[in-house]
Amino acid sequence: MTQYVLRRLLGAIPLVLGIATIIFFLVNLAPGDPTLLLLSPGVTDEVIQQMRENFGLDQPVHIRYVKWIGAMLTGDFGYSFTHSRPVADVLMDFLPNTLILSASALLVAFLFGIVLGTIQAVRQYSAMDSSLSVVLLFFYSMPSFWLALMLILTMSLYARNVWGLPIYFPASGMMSTDYEFLSAGGKLVDRVKHLVLPTLSLALVLMAGIARYMRGSMLEVVRQDFVRTAHAKGLPERTVVFKHALRNALLPIITLVGLYIPFLFSGTVFIETIFAWPGMGRLIVEAIFQRDYPVVMAGAFFFATMVVVANLVADLLYAVVDPRIRYE
Amino acid sequence: MSRGPETVVEQPVSGYAASARRPGGRGLSAVLPGLPQLLGGRWGTGAMALLTWLGMGLILAARSDRVLAATAGGWDQRVALATLLLALLASWIWSWREVAEADRLKTVGVSQWDLAVRAFSKNRTAVAGMIVIVGLYLVALLTPFIAPHDPNTQYDLLTNRLVGMSAEHPLGTDQFARDVLSRLLYGARISLSIGFVAVGISVTIGTLLGAIAGFFGGFIDGAIMRFVDMVISFPRLILLITIIAIFEPSIFLIITVLGLTLWPSTARIVRGEVLSLREREFVQAAEALGYPKKRIILRHLIPNALAPVIVAATLGIGNTIVLEAGLSFLGLGVQPPTPSWGTMVAAGRNNLLGAWWLSTFPGLAIVFTVLSFNLVGDGLRDALDPRLRS
Repeated sequence: MTQYVLRRLLGAIPLVLGIATIIFFLVNLAPGDPTLLLLSPGVTDEVIQQMRENFGLDQPVHIRYVKWIGAMLTGDFGYSFTHSRPVADVLMDFLPNTLILSASALLVAFLFGIVLGTIQAVRQYSAMDSSLSVVLLFFYSMPSFWLALMLILTMSLYARNVWGLPIYFPASGMMSTDYEFLSAGGKLVDRVKHLVLPTLSLALVLMAGIARYMRGSMLEVVRQDFVRTAHAKGLPERTVVFKHALRNALLPIITLVGLYIPFLFSGTVFIETIFAWPGMGRLIVEAIFQRDYPVVMAGAFFFATMVVVANLVADLLYAVVDPRIRYE
Repeated sequence: MSRGPETVVEQPVSGYAASARRPGGRGLSAVLPGLPQLLGGRWGTGAMALLTWLGMGLILAARSDRVLAATAGGWDQRVALATLLLALLASWIWSWREVAEADRLKTVGVSQWDLAVRAFSKNRTAVAGMIVIVGLYLVALLTPFIAPHDPNTQYDLLTNRLVGMSAEHPLGTDQFARDVLSRLLYGARISLSIGFVAVGISVTIGTLLGAIAGFFGGFIDGAIMRFVDMVISFPRLILLITIIAIFEPSIFLIITVLGLTLWPSTARIVRGEVLSLREREFVQAAEALGYPKKRIILRHLIPNALAPVIVAATLGIGNTIVLEAGLSFLGLGVQPPTPSWGTMVAAGRNNLLGAWWLSTFPGLAIVFTVLSFNLVGDGLRDALDPRLRS
């Protein structure tokens, strides 16, 4: 087992380095000089030259590449052009917000996905099963940014201004403007309220995929001999479903965590932009538009590394949970 | 997957062949396509042929001025004209030939593909999705004849800006007083063609590279598959927006970039298939016969690895449409004033409360298109996998 973990870890290193290389050359071989975007049009060539030297842009590409990789390995991601701060500091500011959003979305998606998928499988071919299938496929086919707009439209704007409902959710930001003056409990409620719509926009699409997968996995387990035996020896339905079938059906779902992390990150790009959520996705989009290359490179590298790590963790977890897997 | 290239299964005479051979079946089809199928009790196919024919006829009758002017118009109008005539002709010929073929009886045997088609046509939701997709492509091609207004004409800003649904503008107008329905119809062309072309590119590249990796193994396999691992580890959207933001966004750039970034998953699937296929007897026989490697890959391996690729490609078109809409939503896709579903959703964002229809309808169009592709993809997966066929 230890050997398997070590081998997987070692295998991930060239992958991460390769990703870093792709990012570097993608961004650095691109046309367009980032310094020109930062300067006002009238400045002299000397100033531009000085600026390029400050950013290290006057050196040839291969030297910059070696320097960048070296610096990155020591945790130095460079200096942001637009934030005028080290990139690592900028990332540290935005990262927790993305993690809060992603974690709550993953939690909601897996919880409801597993429950709905199980219900469908247990009641296969019932009206409940087929109607849930249609609804879930509908969500599965939905772009998350459109779902976000529709949620804002109904649960925020119309709920408040047109229908006058007592409960509506804020459509932007992480907290209200009067957040500082709220009580401790009020602060928590305010935070949660701001989290509801972005989480739902991300989670509902993921949930549909998980439920579809869960239904298939559960159906496969239900057909197996040990479940029939459990039924035959007269165990109540509830025990058979929860103790015998569900536990085994959950195994393949673990690999989904690794599979869905990239989707989740892609989703945060839209959701954070729409909800003005100060997270990594929005940071990268803004950095790309402002040609803040160090932030783009560090952010893309960070996201890609997270995906590699998530896949690794999912594989390892799977090996831990399922004793049938051999670590050759 | 256990599927040889020349498997032939003897089938008894199918039931409907007899019922379709009613007296007058052929004579009727000369008048109305789809009618013999309807009389034979096959509502789905019959209704489809009849509706296509009637729809084309309706366009021809109601928009005769535009149709007549199309010969002198731009390329999109000529394409629309060609589509119209072809669809009219095709529904007729198809209906006639289908009855004729049913008459001739299946005595030759049934190929694996015939079996798959049969399994697919039994799956109602998948067939419904297929009908919606064919309809969407027809509408997209015929848009110059169907659209009530020009998509880029700005009507009187004072009276026509952000007006709700009415007879004149069935889906309302946008902030520049343009007709939303017309823009939606013209936008369909962008979404549908980008999805199709990008997936076409990526499937071609992925299939070739996957087959090469699986066939040769060793260093070539390692190099290709490690590269695939890297590209798959990227959050795709971040990769896309980085590339597109670096260059100038345009339709061609988006198609190229989407096509060039989506192939790794296809390559993985094909490699897996080829790895198991190359151990099979017919491939070993081909190698023993001394066929060139190119021939073995193109004639023996790839055709037999295609079934899962077709499924992945169908589902991939849906994903690509969502991706393109997302890029357009961020302002990195199709540039205004060209209408596209993504840009339309984005444009409605600023007027959500006052004009809910702006974002809602283009989004619904995306959802239903992607839903149809997903239904067809699911249906194809069930139909092409012999283990899932009952």
